[in-house]
Formats: sequence, C-alpha cells, structure tokens
Amino acid sequence: MTLADIAKKLNLRVLCCTDRLDRVVSGGYVGDLLSDVIANSRAGDIWITRQSHRNIVAVASLKEHAAVILALGKEPDDETLEKATDEGVPLIVTNLSGFEVAGRIYELLTRS
Amino acid sequence: MNRSYEKTFSVEGGNFDNAGMASIEIKKILKDLQISDDVVRKAAIAVYESELNIISYARNGHITLYVTDDAVNVDVRDEGPGIEDIELAMKPGYSTATEQIRQMGFGAGMGLYNIKTCSDRFEISSTVGEGTHLSIKINRNGQ
Repeated sequence: MTLADIAKKLNLRVLCCTDRLDRVVSGGYVGDLLSDVIANSRAGDIWITRQSHRNIVAVASLKEHAAVILALGKEPDDETLEKATDEGVPLIVTNLSGFEVAGRIYELLTRS
Repeated sequence: MNRSYEKTFSVEGGNFDNAGMASIEIKKILKDLQISDDVVRKAAIAVYESELNIISYARNGHITLYVTDDAVNVDVRDEGPGIEDIELAMKPGYSTATEQIRQMGFGAGMGLYNIKTCSDRFEISSTVGEGTHLSIKINRNGQ
C-alpha cells in the first residue's frame, strides 16, 4: 500500500514531499523517544509521533521511514518543515490520536 | 588489517540543529561501499547514539569511521565532562539528561546500551573532566 492510498483513505494532510507519495508503506512504528525509534523501527515504516521538532527529520531519514505522521493535529515549526522538504521526508498531520491513526493504518496494511 | 576506507566527522556539542547529519552521511558511505543491510542498520544506530551523546553532553567530539575487510569500526572521542560511573551509565534507563533534552525525546537512557547491543565489540573509557572514548566494532561477515 502506498502513502497516497493511506493519506486518501484516512484523510490525512500531507505537508511536504507530495512527489514521494508513491512510496510503499511496509509497516508502522509509534514512539516519542528517539532512541526507541532509532533502535526498533524499520525502513519503510510510517512513524507516528507527538514530537514535532526538526530532529525527527534526521531520525526518519536515517531509518528510511516512508513518512512521519504528527498526531493530534500537531503542526511542525517552519524549520522542521523546511528540513523535511530538503531531506525528502514526507510530513503528514492528522487530528486523530496516535492510537487511532495507528489502528487504522494497521487495519489497512493487514487487510491489503 | 587493511583500512579500505576512513573518514572523520566533527560534532559540535549543544548543537541540536544538525543532529544526525553525521550519521546520515556515514550510512550513505556504508551503503555506497555495499556493506550488508544488517551491518549498515547496526552501524547507523551506534553512530546516531554516539553523535547524540556528544551533542547532548560534550563540548565537541569526533567520530571516525574506518572500514576494514572484516569489520565496520567507529571510534568516538569527545571533550566533555566524562562519565563518573560507567557501569551505571550503561544501564538501560539511566540518564543524566536535562529536562530540555528529554522534552525533545532524547535522554531516555538507552544510548550507550543501544550502542553496545549493536556492536560485536564495544569498549568505553572515560576520564572525568576530560572526555569519553568509545571503540565500536561491527563484524561484516556474521558474528
């Protein structure tokens, strides 16, 4: 399933790197502790977090995540958005909670 | 052992703006050298945690990557406060991070533990008031 499919089905707002929505999402990871995300998430994951500062971009880029979802409508600051655009990391915002968005994506991925 | 590749990266303490950039570059280098995915994954984790330790705690530091026929090696040296009790610092969950560092999602007390977990050989030495030295080796051909 691609990022575009997920974004459309869950009505997510993609803030940057819309040219990368053809990326295939292979799984997901939820976490706000960066050491946990670095150690345990995998390439191709969609990363769901409450963190919104610019360091999330380096983590997502290093781990080759498909995208980062900021839950509960958390907007990134301008610097984060700029860095994500430079690094080619799609940033996505949803008003859903981390629990809800993870559950819905899990359902989509396991059903497809 | 023949060093087929070597490069040193400078990391500035306290500068979170570029945190992770050395790690991203090192990962790209290892991929270009056609190191296997699992070794690259372990090296990336170890280097990221090392880089963040320098930024979080030290004044400055250097990360040297050198690749030999049989291993990926990472040497990390910083000038900083050093570690008083290494055994305690190695414990998962133990951290001396400030509230500001923790709010960014760092300082979970998993850094050194993650590095050790990813390494086939891990050595740490530290002098209080001077700095810390890590020597990390990840074997290229299995364990």
